[in-house]
Amino acid sequence: MRELEDVFRKEWGRILSALISALGDFDVAEEALQEAFSSAVVDWAQETPRNPRAWLYTTAKHKAIDTIRRRANFAHKQSELMLREELRTNFAPAMEEDSTVPDERLRLIFTCCHPALPAEAQVALTLRTLCGLTTEEIAHAFLLPAPTIAQRLVRAKNKIRKAAIPYRVPSAPDVPERLSVVMAVVYLVFNEGYAAAQGDALVRQELCTEAIRLTRLLRNLLPQPEAELDALLALMLLHDSRRRARVGPTGELILLADQDRTCWNHAQIDEGCALVHSAFQAGPIGPYAIEAAIAALHSRAARAEETDWKQICALYGRLFGLHESPVVALNYAVAKSMAEGPEAALPLVEALKSSLEDYYLWHATRADLLRRLGRNAEAAVTYQRALDLTQNEVERRFLTRRLAALSDN
Amino acid sequence: MQYLLLIYENEKRFAAGYNPEEMKEYMAFGQTYGKAIKGGNALQATTTATTVRVRDGKRLTTDGPFAETKEQLGGFYLVEANNLDDAIEMAGKIPGARFGSVEVRPIETFGA
Repeated sequence: MRELEDVFRKEWGRILSALISALGDFDVAEEALQEAFSSAVVDWAQETPRNPRAWLYTTAKHKAIDTIRRRANFAHKQSELMLREELRTNFAPAMEEDSTVPDERLRLIFTCCHPALPAEAQVALTLRTLCGLTTEEIAHAFLLPAPTIAQRLVRAKNKIRKAAIPYRVPSAPDVPERLSVVMAVVYLVFNEGYAAAQGDALVRQELCTEAIRLTRLLRNLLPQPEAELDALLALMLLHDSRRRARVGPTGELILLADQDRTCWNHAQIDEGCALVHSAFQAGPIGPYAIEAAIAALHSRAARAEETDWKQICALYGRLFGLHESPVVALNYAVAKSMAEGPEAALPLVEALKSSLEDYYLWHATRADLLRRLGRNAEAAVTYQRALDLTQNEVERRFLTRRLAALSDN
Repeated sequence: MQYLLLIYENEKRFAAGYNPEEMKEYMAFGQTYGKAIKGGNALQATTTATTVRVRDGKRLTTDGPFAETKEQLGGFYLVEANNLDDAIEMAGKIPGARFGSVEVRPIETFGA
């Protein structure tokens, strides 16, 4: 049933978004759509319907009405009886000739990413409803037990129902604030897939693919273009373009400088660079645009030595202006060390001690600068400190190699 | 759907009385949302509060709320709203939101 799987991937979110809109309930809609897909396994064995989307939508609606009737018969609850009536009058007559399924995914994504829901629930709900990932798949991707994800989903859906979070696209003045939450969710999904943590590489790759797919979808659905959304897409495409080059045959992390640049996905780089360009032209220039521009500068260098560190340094400075965080300051220092040498950067790194002392990358960066300055003994101690602070296997192996190389010299 | 909008602020701000400008803002808020507001009050300072508990059938009375927090419940509105977004919109217009925070709580309805 390869074909049905493809239909599932492509259509789940879209059909579910329409069902939630029609039924006003996440759970009933989700259950009904799942049942419709189960029916499809049998019913499509002979012949696939002409319009699979409409078939699934109509079948799911029938199933939902059955469920609601059944519940009403058992419980005789007034509200459910009313819902049944409502369904019969508003909904049933149009059902047979349904060939178009309304696309309500924009409503769905804004509801899943409502700021009244906790961030981890926003992520789980988006992956479950829009991307059609199962609870087990989400748990697997985030290296969490399935019951934890299941609980997050239940709580989020309860809050949507009980607090009456509306199923709608926010009004124009609220769009920037709300879109920034949606973008944060999408980027979190991407980073979870991209981070060099342990876990099933295929599942993690799927998270990156879904994040990119969601962003493309958002761009298509939003009434007007948003520069930061273009920039976010660019940023993810540019990072993802290095996927094959950044992990070695035994799963070890390969630094940007050491990657085989011919393995980069150049079609993706071209698309990313074009998007960065248009995002800068359109403005306003936000943090995603700056980060994407930095990624684009790395991508444009055919060899690591040709990287335009001066511009990258300037961009980090600009990013710091928008977002004064010690991590951005650390990145600025690294760029400065590449543009002007390690001695220019070391004092900047030292100055961040109080805020980044517990962060392994602060120690790793400092160790690297010390090594480049020939202060090997200090570098060794500092690499060791970085090693003590990270649990991540890939990062540990990388730091261990650095430490070993130091004593070889 | 009804929501309770609970206004939390550092009550030290009112130790010397209410700011008349701010009172005007509250009046204006009340007028703008007159139809939606079902009730509301400002509360006297927590120094006037009493806490009552019953344990093993015995009533225990103590002064004040227990926890030492930076913000205290200083007032509330009970409002009627179509959905959470509308309630959030109203909460954001309460002057106290600029100094402290407003908690938006849906009112529980027990099945008919």
